[in-house]
Amino acid sequence: MGMKFVVLVVIVLAVIAIAQIMRVYELSSKIRGNKEEDIDLRVNNINASLMLIFLIILFGSFFWMLAIYGNGTLPEPASVLGEKIHWLFNINWIIVIAIFLLCNGLLFIFAWKYSYHPDRKAHWFPHDNKLEMIWTVVPAAVLAVIIILGLMTWNEVTGKPSDDAIVVELYAKQFDWTARYSGDDNKLGYADYKLVGTAEDKNTGTTYNNPFGLITDNSVHWRILGLNNEITEIEKNLRMESNDSVAYSQAKLNKMNAKVEKLERIRERVLDMFGMFNDSIDAFAKDDFVTKELFMVKDQEYFFVLRSQDVLHSAYFPHFRAQMNCVPGQRTSLKITPKYTTAEFREKIGNPEFNYILMCNKICGVSHSNMKMAVIVGTQDEFEAWKVGPLSTPAINDSIIAPIDDIDKERMPWPEPAHHGDHDDSDHEADDHAIEGDDHTEGH
Amino acid sequence: MSAAAHTDHGHHHKESFITKYIFSQDHKMIGKQFLVTAIFMAVVAVILSVLFRIQLAWPGESNSVLSFFLGDTWAPEGILDRGMYLGLVTIHGTIMVFFVLTGGLSGTFSNLLIPLQCGARDMASGLLNMISYWMFFLSSILMLYSLFLETGPANAGWTIYPPLSVYEEAIPGSGSGMTVWLLSMTIFVASSLLGSLNYIVTIINLRTKGMKMTRLPLTIWAFFVTAVLGVLSFPVLVSAVVLMLMDRTLGTSFYVNDTIIAGEVLEQSGGSPILFEHLFWFLGHPEVYIVLLPALGLTSEIVATNARKPIFGYRAMIGSILAIGFLSFIVWGHHMFISGMNPFLGGVFVFTTLLIAIPSAIKVFNYITTLWKGNIKYTPAMLFSIGLVSSFITGGVTGIILADSALDIVVHDTYFVVAHFHVVMGLSAIFGMFAGVYHWFPKMYGKMMNAKLGMVHFWLTLVSAYGVFFPMHFVGIGGAPRRYYDYSVYEGFDSNQYEMIMDLNVVISIFAIIGALAQLIFLFNFFYSTFKGQKAPQNPWKGNSLEWTTPVEHIHGNWPGEIPEVHRWPYDYSKPGAAEDYIPQTVPLGPDEEEH
Ligand code: HEM
Ligand SMILES: [Cu+2]
Ligand SMILES: [Cu+2]
Repeated sequence: MGMKFVVLVVIVLAVIAIAQIMRVYELSSKIRGNKEEDIDLRVNNINASLMLIFLIILFGSFFWMLAIYGNGTLPEPASVLGEKIHWLFNINWIIVIAIFLLCNGLLFIFAWKYSYHPDRKAHWFPHDNKLEMIWTVVPAAVLAVIIILGLMTWNEVTGKPSDDAIVVELYAKQFDWTARYSGDDNKLGYADYKLVGTAEDKNTGTTYNNPFGLITDNSVHWRILGLNNEITEIEKNLRMESNDSVAYSQAKLNKMNAKVEKLERIRERVLDMFGMFNDSIDAFAKDDFVTKELFMVKDQEYFFVLRSQDVLHSAYFPHFRAQMNCVPGQRTSLKITPKYTTAEFREKIGNPEFNYILMCNKICGVSHSNMKMAVIVGTQDEFEAWKVGPLSTPAINDSIIAPIDDIDKERMPWPEPAHHGDHDDSDHEADDHAIEGDDHTEGH
Repeated sequence: MSAAAHTDHGHHHKESFITKYIFSQDHKMIGKQFLVTAIFMAVVAVILSVLFRIQLAWPGESNSVLSFFLGDTWAPEGILDRGMYLGLVTIHGTIMVFFVLTGGLSGTFSNLLIPLQCGARDMASGLLNMISYWMFFLSSILMLYSLFLETGPANAGWTIYPPLSVYEEAIPGSGSGMTVWLLSMTIFVASSLLGSLNYIVTIINLRTKGMKMTRLPLTIWAFFVTAVLGVLSFPVLVSAVVLMLMDRTLGTSFYVNDTIIAGEVLEQSGGSPILFEHLFWFLGHPEVYIVLLPALGLTSEIVATNARKPIFGYRAMIGSILAIGFLSFIVWGHHMFISGMNPFLGGVFVFTTLLIAIPSAIKVFNYITTLWKGNIKYTPAMLFSIGLVSSFITGGVTGIILADSALDIVVHDTYFVVAHFHVVMGLSAIFGMFAGVYHWFPKMYGKMMNAKLGMVHFWLTLVSAYGVFFPMHFVGIGGAPRRYYDYSVYEGFDSNQYEMIMDLNVVISIFAIIGALAQLIFLFNFFYSTFKGQKAPQNPWKGNSLEWTTPVEHIHGNWPGEIPEVHRWPYDYSKPGAAEDYIPQTVPLGPDEEEH
């Protein structure tokens, strides 16, 4: 507090001092008969010269920074599409720099050159149709080139991946990434956010975990079991309250009741999922494996399917010049074909400690800036070894079988589930799967 | 002042302190109220930016400035809290864009200049105008209040993308901080709508005799198109905000879909965060022109007056303003190239966005040609106008890169974007606002500001502005994401990158601090001159437009007698054959004089 007070006093004193100096200045200019609105030729010329000096400093520092940083400071792109984007960037960068130099140059040079003189009169030049035509048509032509080149690259970047692209899911949540490889079938198992959770079989004590909400008959059973457990738990507490063994506030009671109802509604929606899939679809998930590190094989095309569990994130691979948002409740995608292994790239840029990185580039919460994943590019052999290594685990563990017969699958009597035998209502789910399914034919 | 002179306007004349200075319905007073409020808000926003710039340059180091302003709650041991970092960024952006450069800029100058330059006794509705100011005031207070909430202010970014902005469990600022933010912005929009409607009606209906639309100063054209943009786009923001409030409180799912927040599976299903992005940017993009056009209008006037030369291509300038206004409604998707929107749609937005470059280029070339063979007087207003043209160029060219969807992939949400929008919108509009204040200060306060201080202020501001935002482009293409508390992610991955970002961040922050301190010169000059400045003459800059025909002392109804009639456009500077180098709009055309 004392500190703050001293600071304030100093500020107040400083203001008073400046005000006094101003007073003196004003009085003296009054005596000399100077008026603020009059143009003092000397001062006017100083300003005009400063225009030129500023221009020189501006351009000078610009070229100096260009010399140090070029068109940015990232190392050269490490992916096939990245190179195309980089090429386009360079072309645009040159055009942009040319316009920047031309326009700022003219502006400050005119500002310097045509400084006021009382003997001169400005040139009367209110308009000139020909000139105006030129600077409409020329920018339009330049822009046409930019647009055409840009859209060509854009179509390539967002176009279909090739048939032998490997499908990998990037699953984002506050504040980490998980990669799910689609396994030997190159097909990602279907997933639904409602299935995310853990469940414990009370009889045997086994627990089952489904952090990505993958769908198999088994995982749906486990989820019902988990929900049943949760509901029973709360209902038990509610019964204890009505027996007077514990006392809850009314608010707490309401909350607990609401929670039960909500869980029951979710349970109904999960129950709807039985029968919508079959064994061959279940199989998609069974060979999926997940890792906390992304491994890519050099020269292999990857098709990433992006998902988010909670809020918007963005998968940003600066070194591959690739980025795409992850949107909850929706699948987005991006393609990367790495060109250099990590080892090659380290050598290229002369930094033996270098590693590729995946970061989050859409504000996603307090630890947004910590959300990252290590990315490795290697050879096929290295990949095979890595894939069976300690870092990768099965995406779903279906060797833990749900106690199917013990699970209460009775539907709620009310409200009447709207979609008994009526498949229209399950459109939403069906859509998800079509997209996520196997094929990456869907454009994103 | 004579009562008879403006009975037509029906003003009451007995004024108490309250009706004159507080609940005033006089457009000149309301303009000044907007200005002073905006200056206060700008000071807050600049302080916030200095605070988070300190963190960016010296991450995790204890700093007494941080503890001074933020105390133990938000800067324990002088180290900025992560959540508060995002809160500072969010509120800084919100205040700058909406409160300083929308409310402040349009509120001040549309109010001051529309009646004066059109030749009207006041705004069409003084009452609505007053309500507009007080709503602005209320929303400002609310926005500042949110900084003092226990859970902190809104901190999901000024773009408040859901679901982050919907769930308190996702980020603390999305609790009461976001509620206050939404409330404040809703009131702000209401204020802005009342203002805009008033501006439009006044410009259409209350122009004096002879003031054809093609004789209006470009300021008025800019204010007019700005007001139309505001009326068409702000209501969309309100709709977006209302839907968000429902998602937050009623459990609807307009913007949220299949989410698990803090381990809890939520029922909300079927909405789309991308819907919000569309609605937000449908306002958000016109908003940047709402910020920019008035600044361009002000400088058009100032450049012509001080170059003693007609603005080059008056009609092309009007055409460009109209074209920019129209196009600004069909480019919003350039903020969403990588949002998951259909790439074909992205391609369409590339096309429309790059089209906007054409009218912008025309404006730049017209400004430059106006200077060519001019006779330039360097008042502080003229200096800032040249600064504006420069920042409009520098910021405009980087827009070409961002508009190109394939390139946006690389720089989206990096500091390159931050640099781009600060230069093209932030600097241009702030420079325009400074230019306007220096130029019309005599009209507002009847006093002159100190020109020498103004010059020092300009040069320090220009140099530090470029010092801040020039290197920021390189930080951005160097792969530094925005809204990052620090860049430690790169440690252990790409140490070169990390070092380069850190080096430049120090440079940027030092310039930011110099720039912020330089604004003290302006503040001092402004308040000192308000009270002690030299008395202003009626037409200090030898200008042509109507406001310089009103008396220095403010009176209700603006002109003591009849409203003058207008005979020519406002840009007859250095016209051949005339004795003086300016001919006010009220001077009738000579016998065989052509109208420009
Ligand atoms: C004192 C001068 C200023 C400095 C040093 C400054 C600096 C910054 C920085 C470093 C950011 C953080 C970017 C990020 O992390 O995303 C930021 C955000 C922002 N600034 Fe400024 N700024 C200044 C003036 C302005 C002005 C004049 C405007 C008016 C347009 C403005 C508008 C914004 C906006 C809209 C944001 C984005 C906030 C968000 O991400 O939610 N700033 N500023
Ligand atoms: Cu994230
Ligand atoms: Cu935009």
